[in-house]
Amino acid sequence: MAEQVAIDRIRCDGHGICAELLPEMISLDDWGYPIIKPSPIPLRLIEHAQRAVEACPVLALRMTRVSKAA
Amino acid sequence: MSMLSGGPHPALPQRGREIDGGLRGDALVRELERANLLGRGGAGFPVARKWRTVKANGNGRAVVLANGAEGEPLSRKDRTLMVERPHLVIDGALLAADAVRASDIIFYVGNEHRAAVSAMRRALAERHERAAQRARLVEAPAGYISGEESAAVHYINAGDARPTVTPPRPFERGIDGRPTLVQNVESLAAAALHASGALNGTALFTTSGAVRRSGVYELPPDVAPEAVVDLAGGLAKDVQAVLIGGYFGSWASAEEVWSLTLDSNSLRARGLTLGCGVLYFLPADSCGVDATARIMSYLAGQSARQCGPCVFGLGAIATATRRLAERAPQAEDLARLARWSGLLAGRGACKHPDGATGLLRSALEVFADDFVAHQQRRCITRRALPDHSRVLAEAVA
Ligand SMILES: Cc1cc2nc3c(=O)[nH]c(=O)nc-3n(C[C@H](O)[C@H](O)[C@H](O)COP(=O)(O)O)c2cc1C
Ligand code: SF4
Ligand code: SF4
Repeated sequence: MAEQVAIDRIRCDGHGICAELLPEMISLDDWGYPIIKPSPIPLRLIEHAQRAVEACPVLALRMTRVSKAA
Repeated sequence: MSMLSGGPHPALPQRGREIDGGLRGDALVRELERANLLGRGGAGFPVARKWRTVKANGNGRAVVLANGAEGEPLSRKDRTLMVERPHLVIDGALLAADAVRASDIIFYVGNEHRAAVSAMRRALAERHERAAQRARLVEAPAGYISGEESAAVHYINAGDARPTVTPPRPFERGIDGRPTLVQNVESLAAAALHASGALNGTALFTTSGAVRRSGVYELPPDVAPEAVVDLAGGLAKDVQAVLIGGYFGSWASAEEVWSLTLDSNSLRARGLTLGCGVLYFLPADSCGVDATARIMSYLAGQSARQCGPCVFGLGAIATATRRLAERAPQAEDLARLARWSGLLAGRGACKHPDGATGLLRSALEVFADDFVAHQQRRCITRRALPDHSRVLAEAVA
């Protein structure tokens, strides 16, 4: 099992804090909304990811478990 | 037996149950799997697989939601089916409810399709089965998004026809929190015909554009597009491209279309989909950039305005495509469209951005020369019309 960042697109209002805290996995599009890499989070970034999840002002992010095969 | 009497002319509606006896329950699910019946609402998902999942999740308290919203602007087949064969749709819903062990059935019918709403209401009143008497008809609000499955569930649960975040998908948690089978009305009618052993695998198509008689036609799978054109009275004009599958589908060039067969597998192999069976024939003297701009404006306007990438991304795409169509683009419009067309899929709560950008990508391919010309403020198909920049360019050459 690996972990990924999942986003609630309806909640997200493009604050962009997540991209600042986890630039390895999250970039922003032309309108400031996050583009999340589909790959599992590398172990060394898990803590950063957790911090980004906690920092989102509208609680749009969470960690999800994915099977590595997926 | 087929779904329609053939052609756009209404048959005499039946007065009661059409499918009596035949396959039910798991045997029917196995038959639908063997026949590889795919959903006709747009996404083409295997019907048998969905029934199995809902049955497994449902524990006898699942719900069947027959989707007759038909928000797709170029489609007429669902409302035609509901008007001509309401009992067949009901038969399909009853068989589905039996197979997935659902205790409730809801018919979700587009409120603008008045004839379909009354035909379904009348037919329901004529039925004596308990499940049919318990069934409800809910009128779906107008609009493209109302027919999306989570929007339908949300509307019925809470009066709000905007999609919700998934998971949970409706087959996990839908109407009143119960596992819900959302199935297009044509898929249900086809399942009923499979149960009776009567379906020869036909599907409904809505044709419009350069054909002489726009309308809904029923055809066997594997037919060539010429067969559809023949039924529709032939071509009134030359065709340059065909929109296959509606606003959720793709453009295909005329040369490509005439070499196709209209079944899901061969279409899929070409990166196309039958979607909801729409075939729009773009006349040779119409501009593909302009046609695409109209569709993009419509789709951007239909966004449920909940998700940033959909609201702003589709909005920006519609504006840039419109500028190109008007031959008044900004310097980077075409390059931006190409980039944005790959940027939005999977980034909305529902698949609206995926459908819209899929259509845009096909347009950028099929009308590639036209888009380049428009970026240079020219139009290939409308060169007969006054085009001042071209006249000017030739005058100074
Ligand atoms: C934006 C959007 C609009 C949709 N509108 C309809 C619709 O009007 N009617 C319909 O049957 N399915 C519609 N769908 C597809 C449904 O979400 C769902 O997949 C379908 O009803 C399932 O039935 P099927 O498997 O029999 O096709 C729409 C999907 C999207 C993303
Ligand atoms: S921090 Fe939250 S609201 Fe801001 S862009 Fe990221 S997910 Fe969206
Ligand atoms: S993707 Fe667009 S249409 Fe779908 S829920 Fe989000 S805003 Fe609404």
